[in-house]
Amino acid sequence: MKLNLEKMNGYSVIFIQEERIDAHNSGELKDYILHLIEQGEVNIIIQLENVRFIDSSGLGALLSGYKNAIAKSGKLALACCKQQVISMFELTRLNRVFEIYADLKEALDNEA
Amino acid sequence: MCNSVLQVDVIIPTQTKYLDLIGSIGEHIAKDIENFSGDREALAYHLNLVLTEATTNAIKHANNDPKDTVRITIHIQDNELNIKVYDHGQGFDLESVPLPDFDQPRESGMGIFFIRTLMDSVTYTKQSDCNILEIIKYL
Repeated sequence: MKLNLEKMNGYSVIFIQEERIDAHNSGELKDYILHLIEQGEVNIIIQLENVRFIDSSGLGALLSGYKNAIAKSGKLALACCKQQVISMFELTRLNRVFEIYADLKEALDNEA
Repeated sequence: MCNSVLQVDVIIPTQTKYLDLIGSIGEHIAKDIENFSGDREALAYHLNLVLTEATTNAIKHANNDPKDTVRITIHIQDNELNIKVYDHGQGFDLESVPLPDFDQPRESGMGIFFIRTLMDSVTYTKQSDCNILEIIKYL
């Protein structure tokens, strides 16, 4: 799983550098987020601009991160999702769970 | 609607690194289907997703033999798109797979839900030498 991590306004922003999140790399993403939370980085934004495909295991990895962040009184929000990726959140009603922002600035403004 | 016959038959090792390949085949097929008047981009995503989920499922249920394989066939004739995914594992009971609980979402169990929601028919049959997940979409 190719990704970059940047610290912005107290948030750990994970930039996913893959076009696809599926059962081949979602386990790695899940572990990465969990590791970050265990290190005390509980406020996380995941930037999904490059992601044009996500499957059920990818949604599961993000949900795992969300639940673990909340359990440590943190937050996990999403930014820059492509429409077809958003439609997967809508289909599973996970758009009611995650805050999904149009861009990173909006995410940082609203979550900070 | 009248599409010419298309038949794709692929055999892959039971490794998730091949999911991209299988999903991409579905995406390409959706973009090339003749005389399709619906949302082609949506169909491309849905075929990519359904093939990815069905193949993941077959890999998950495969036996532990490193030489085990998953066979995927895609057949389009007239207005019917038929996908079959063959696995050699223990199999599972499709009818017992519950709907996701949307109020208390879980991290797994959404794959079959996607296939059922996006396609028109899904069946799983156990045969003597393999199991077949058959998915039909009317175009």
